[in-house]
Amino acid sequence: MSEMTPTPVLDAATDQTLVLNMGPQHPSTHGVLHLLLEVDGETIVRIMPDIGFLHTGIEKTCEAKFYQQVVPLTDRIDYLCPMTNNLAYCLAVEKLLGLEIPPRAQWLRVMLNELTRINSHLVWLGTHALDIGAMTVFLYCFREREEILRLFEMVSGQRMMTSYFRIGGIAIEPPLDFFDRVKRFITPFPERIDQYENLLTSNPIWVMRTKGIAYLSAEDAVALCATGPTLRASGIDVDLRRDNPYTGYENFKFNVPVSKDGDVYARYLVRVAELRESQKIVVQALEGIPDGPVKADAPKVVLPDREKMKTQMEALIYHFKIVTEGFTVPEGEVYMPIESPRGEMGYYVVSDGTAKPYRVHMRSPSFANLQSLRKMCEGRLIADVVAAIGSIDIVLGDCDR
Amino acid sequence: MALEAAITDVEQLKDRPELACLLAWKPDAVQGAKFDRNELSVYIERTFLREACNRLKNDPAFNYDSLADLTCVDWEPSDPRFEVIYHLFSTVTKKRLRLKVRLAGDDARVDSLTPVWPGADYFEREVFDLFGVRFQGHPNLKRILMPDNWEGHPLRKDYPVEGYR
Repeated sequence: MSEMTPTPVLDAATDQTLVLNMGPQHPSTHGVLHLLLEVDGETIVRIMPDIGFLHTGIEKTCEAKFYQQVVPLTDRIDYLCPMTNNLAYCLAVEKLLGLEIPPRAQWLRVMLNELTRINSHLVWLGTHALDIGAMTVFLYCFREREEILRLFEMVSGQRMMTSYFRIGGIAIEPPLDFFDRVKRFITPFPERIDQYENLLTSNPIWVMRTKGIAYLSAEDAVALCATGPTLRASGIDVDLRRDNPYTGYENFKFNVPVSKDGDVYARYLVRVAELRESQKIVVQALEGIPDGPVKADAPKVVLPDREKMKTQMEALIYHFKIVTEGFTVPEGEVYMPIESPRGEMGYYVVSDGTAKPYRVHMRSPSFANLQSLRKMCEGRLIADVVAAIGSIDIVLGDCDR
Repeated sequence: MALEAAITDVEQLKDRPELACLLAWKPDAVQGAKFDRNELSVYIERTFLREACNRLKNDPAFNYDSLADLTCVDWEPSDPRFEVIYHLFSTVTKKRLRLKVRLAGDDARVDSLTPVWPGADYFEREVFDLFGVRFQGHPNLKRILMPDNWEGHPLRKDYPVEGYR
């Protein structure tokens, strides 16, 4: 590789202003976000995010893998919501194949996705509060997050990179006491949310640091392709779980929190309200989960159970074929958007009829949402940039892929 | 759900409101259409792209006020080589539409959509960075994910997955 040259991304326009580098090692940039700020005193004249430090070329790697081998790659895009990424990819390939998923697998997917949403929002709330100076919330949030990670470990053997969903269902039936443990965690969870809210919602310092800060109007939010809580906090009522239901979300009752204020405080309120809605969905999923298989009946696509593989010749043959040759997917293309904790997570998968995807594109919410940072920060103070970044809830792995 | 065959005949699809609107406006702008797995794709002639998007955005019947995704597929060695893919989304009707523009490999340029949706900015930079498609009228068409001094466009099919360049 040729010698790396530091790139002058931004030059100061006048003698009045100076360019300030924020990141990529700044603790409140949530990873390796490099911001170039052109400042006039304390006021920001221009802001330019410089991303790509975590670019690993996952989209290119996908083209060289079998369809089922892509699943573990999808975790690594957004490491705070692995299940959401698994789901979006699996749904896209299932749509390409025309595969029907049994109800139990769908309900488990919904339950785990909402736990993932809670997990992601807890990390967001903890770190966002930490950035602004409220240290205690972080400890409370991570107390609950730890329990969710233990639940993930129970089903998948992994705390973070779960890869638990498979094309055609989920990997294996969860262990016996899993549902009891989810219940023990989720039943008292609203009281835990009250604890966080007691610390923040009417805390005068928190309100001063967040109210009216980093304002984003509804028109700007739509025009800049913002999605998820960032969009909903600006007053646009879009939630793909309700508007384009996937994997059985139409069976669940929940509200979509929307706020018209468009500032950091509004985004905070929307996400905290989403925590409560997710709790309701998990409770409904626990109560109504149907019995049945967790994998689709498609021997050419879904790996057989271990026991069948040891006792039945056909199962062994299919297992061998899938592992060594993959499975072919009919020609076509699919765009599968789902509601991740950060916004619209879309997988665009193109098949040319072989066992490897011709093209996989991830439309990641952090990448698109980051564009609204300019509108939020220009003309504001440097100190508010930290609040603004936290309120968009970016994950740089998701942003750079 | 069993798979149904894709419909690629414009005649059969012309009752779809989006396609009907585009055909009524300029029949030359529509190069083809496809309805597959419940998703409608319309192939647009590249010179009419920005105008077509403006129509779809401003027509109150469709209101495609947001661009959900923008990406590209490299179909090397076939010609035209590139397909730039736009996923439109309406926050009002919650409907989606896919537009496609075919571009030749030696003349991979198309009008930028940043005047229509400012949010197309990063997506277009990404496609420029990884595929080398040029977007005319883009305010800041620079690499976004790869380093500025990188050579080549990694997502092109003639770019190797492994090994040195």
